[in-house]
Amino acid sequence: MTRSLLMVFLMGIALAGCGGDDATLPDAASTSGPGGSMADGGGPGATTTGTGAAGGLEVFREVPGQGDGPLSSLVIYFDFDRSEIRADFNSMLAAHGEYLASNGEALVRLEGHADERGTREYNIGLGEQRAQAVRRVLLLQGASADQLGTVSYGEERPAVTGGDDEALLLNRRVELVYR
Amino acid sequence: MWMRTCRSWLSASLLACVVGASLISSVSGQLRIEIRRGVERPVPMAIVPFAWEGSGAEAPFDVSGLVSTDLGQSGRFAPMDERDMVSRPSLPTEVRFPDWQIVDVDYLVIGRIIQDAADRYTVVFQLFDVLGSEQIVGYRLTATTAELRAASHRVADMIFEELTGIRGVFGTQIAYVSEQQEGDERRFRLIVADADGENAQVVANSPEPLMSPAWSPDGRRLAYVSFEGSQSSIYIQTLRTGTRDRVSARAGVNGAPVFSPDGRQLALTLSQDQGNIDIYVLDLATLVLTRLTEHSAIDTEATWSSDGESILFTSDRAGGPQVYRVPARAGARAQRVTFEGNYNGRPRISPDGNQLAVVHRVQGNYRIALVDPDTGLTQVLSTGQLDESPSFAPNGALIIYAAQENGRGVLASVSTDGRIHQQIASVAGQVREPVWSPFPRI
Repeated sequence: MTRSLLMVFLMGIALAGCGGDDATLPDAASTSGPGGSMADGGGPGATTTGTGAAGGLEVFREVPGQGDGPLSSLVIYFDFDRSEIRADFNSMLAAHGEYLASNGEALVRLEGHADERGTREYNIGLGEQRAQAVRRVLLLQGASADQLGTVSYGEERPAVTGGDDEALLLNRRVELVYR
Repeated sequence: MWMRTCRSWLSASLLACVVGASLISSVSGQLRIEIRRGVERPVPMAIVPFAWEGSGAEAPFDVSGLVSTDLGQSGRFAPMDERDMVSRPSLPTEVRFPDWQIVDVDYLVIGRIIQDAADRYTVVFQLFDVLGSEQIVGYRLTATTAELRAASHRVADMIFEELTGIRGVFGTQIAYVSEQQEGDERRFRLIVADADGENAQVVANSPEPLMSPAWSPDGRRLAYVSFEGSQSSIYIQTLRTGTRDRVSARAGVNGAPVFSPDGRQLALTLSQDQGNIDIYVLDLATLVLTRLTEHSAIDTEATWSSDGESILFTSDRAGGPQVYRVPARAGARAQRVTFEGNYNGRPRISPDGNQLAVVHRVQGNYRIALVDPDTGLTQVLSTGQLDESPSFAPNGALIIYAAQENGRGVLASVSTDGRIHQQIASVAGQVREPVWSPFPRI
């Protein structure tokens, strides 16, 4: 595992901002509420201290894929046959970009996927375009090119099986795999 | 070590141990063929069990049984049940045509299997026109025990060609990908089987996806994509030895390999560092790479025209996926080929070059369609919701493709006239991406 980002949150605010179902729903996975770390200012790797009403400091290490901050989400979802990043994933990708910028040894593989509709190699292309779209955003956020790898699995590795709308939606994704 | 391109037999076999690309490993009875719809009136015929002239009670292989199965599964013939036969001739002098006229068969096949030596047999057979009361043809083939299955397909091919004017494909093979859950792990296998699904051999075996198999024109090698090492790479594997070469493992996509008609070049899809997904041609002798397309859209799923002069491919440069054609040289301009509907992809050209099989979306369903490249006229052949990966039989009369039934990947075939539909179900796991081999070299 890579180095972790040490962050200090005001307990009450952090919970208020990031809890609930937000974290599990694909279209809102990245939503970062008013109490989220980025909204609090401070920027990547910054240590924020607060003196808010909740009182008492909770110190914990935030690492990608853990906790309930914007870094905890590792999957970005896409519309059918599209590879543009939806606005609701901006803050999540910003958090990852800043994490990568401040953790130069961190490496992430961007795994692009498509749903089962359409031809297989075309879907490999679509998954690659999605991974590239995520890569561009992370580069803009300060990650360096050698931290980022891409691979497209197309429709070969679905997250969920089945052809219903929810399965299709959950399969159109890019997964951030930290190494 | 497994990331290194292997060029020698030795390193290839070491590699095989690591990733499980295997020389020969049988999987018995993987596929079962079922006629879903045949021609309206299949031709009635009688294939009399071939007589055995050798040691032991019966021949080592039921040649006439397989001939009968082949012809029946073609959907064009209705071989009669042997229990309904009034006589069992094996020599022309024993044939009494009225016996067969009375049961309304149009054609009669008789034959013998003669043991010439311990492991050497001659198969003799004759085909008769029952109404005309005359022999149409007679042939003689020799085979070892191991070759009797292939010899049976050959007999069926000769009868089929004689009666339909179309070269038979019973003696050809198909390659396909299977995926199976085994405990906690998914297993991907690249399999080559006889066209009837029998005699299945595992060509490659991996816990990571295998896809896009493509035959070399001589039928001796397969190109395919493997994700071993969490990266896409293109391999070319010689079937007889299991030797394989990694011919492309560049950054990003390495996909959709197809051999040129002369077998010397491979068209493929690469994204390289810039992430532009384009069509390239790799010279297999010099490994020189030529870029054919340069577009920010997805350009993929190349296929060669039969003369090797141009390449057709899928591109979404106009919005949705459509088929384009580009001369097979650097710097040429691509022209759009398909216009009907908003999704046409994964083109394959018929052996005579006159038709294009594509995946065509119609009312939300993905179906196999034939497109006339000159007029653009599109004829939908299949009836599924997620049909894909069409591949022409080398005689051009059939297309095999992948379909889904109850959420499971199955194979299916359809005659290019749309009259005959077969389903080829896998006994275990999912199957997909069928590719029909060229004709065997005799």
